[in-house]
Amino acid sequence: MTDASKSCACPAPTPASNGGFWRSGGWLLAALPAWIALYLILHPAADWLAFRVFGLAPGSRLGEAVAFFVYDAPKVLMLLGAVVLGVSFVQTFLSPERTRDLLAKRTGAWSNLLAALLGIATPFCSCSAVPLFIGFVRVGVPLGATFSFLVSAPMVNEVALFLLLGLFGWKIALLYTATGVTVAFLSGWVLGNLRLERHLEPWVLTVPFEPSRGAEVSAGFSARLELALQATKEIVGKVWPYILVGIAVGAFLHGYAPAELLARFMGKSAWWSVPLAVLIGVPLYANAAGIIPIVQVLLAKGAALGTALAFMMAVTGLSLPETVILRKVLKPRLLAVFLGIVAAGIVLVGFLFNLVM
Amino acid sequence: MKIEILGSGCAKCKLLAERTEEAAKGLGLDFTLVKVTEYPDIVARGVMSTPGLVVDGVVKSQGHVPTVAAIKDLLR
Repeated sequence: MTDASKSCACPAPTPASNGGFWRSGGWLLAALPAWIALYLILHPAADWLAFRVFGLAPGSRLGEAVAFFVYDAPKVLMLLGAVVLGVSFVQTFLSPERTRDLLAKRTGAWSNLLAALLGIATPFCSCSAVPLFIGFVRVGVPLGATFSFLVSAPMVNEVALFLLLGLFGWKIALLYTATGVTVAFLSGWVLGNLRLERHLEPWVLTVPFEPSRGAEVSAGFSARLELALQATKEIVGKVWPYILVGIAVGAFLHGYAPAELLARFMGKSAWWSVPLAVLIGVPLYANAAGIIPIVQVLLAKGAALGTALAFMMAVTGLSLPETVILRKVLKPRLLAVFLGIVAAGIVLVGFLFNLVM
Repeated sequence: MKIEILGSGCAKCKLLAERTEEAAKGLGLDFTLVKVTEYPDIVARGVMSTPGLVVDGVVKSQGHVPTVAAIKDLLR
């Protein structure tokens, strides 16, 4: 057991019980129109609250900061709730066991690409990283594909994709996802070709392992929906304080900081900002939902897109707790090579974006 | 009846242990509950996603925490 396992930010969904129409999804019919209506009036309502109720002057520093916060905080939380609910529902159809079986008989670069893509949607918790790693390797998933999955799963998850979509538009969401998959694909492919099997801890290949059946939910629509609702409560319940702090910092900067504050040291002209952002981001551990409001601020205040995305990938894709966990299955040299290759891939992506955008 | 809770000690594993104990006591079972926290022991039981619930050597659930009612069904 490691201390690292305690910091795992994964939901603990619980299967459903039986219930009437309301519990079996009827609430969704009422909640959906209410959600849409609320979302549509959010901007005018926030302005009304800030400038009329609080009596702040539009254009003043305090007024703009408060208006930003009362608009952005409910918006991000509403988006997050809706996204996590939808995603958790889809994830009741997926499991690491199913992903493992899909990957078991693949070889070559194709296995890395498939692993990187499956990592987007497969439910994954970093506290399961060790048994998952062994489960993959022992049923014949190539080592490189296993790494591709381990990089992609936390970094390019669906929550990140849809939050980016809601806050920055489809271009950045697509760019982040595509480059995240590319980093996972390439780093796994390189690692696979380095033939590093002998740098696995010996027990990985010798411990008795007989895969048991998958853990899919065998239930109907309403049970899956309740599972998804449970997961949503847990995830949103866990990340909302981080999001509010992120937005509050953002609101303060929005009102008080000059627009080009970060341009000098996180702008395109500062080439060293990309490796620095990755260096700062790697030891940090946060999930995508917590880091996105901060990325929003960085971008708004003049940080270059590549630098901001590289920072986000480094925070979500690699972390100190995960490194401690992976040390159980990887010898130090392989662990270092793994971290080095993924970090290098992220730095490359950052440079590339700053170059072309 | 031998009940094993598989997991490295994260919040989900503790929750599963609590719920399982409640379910087993509710059923009035004669049971021993063991927490399996070492990775080799978890893997040896064929479980890839934690937390796992193993009853008399058979994997009953993995990767999520069932409700007390659902655990009762698994223990019967």
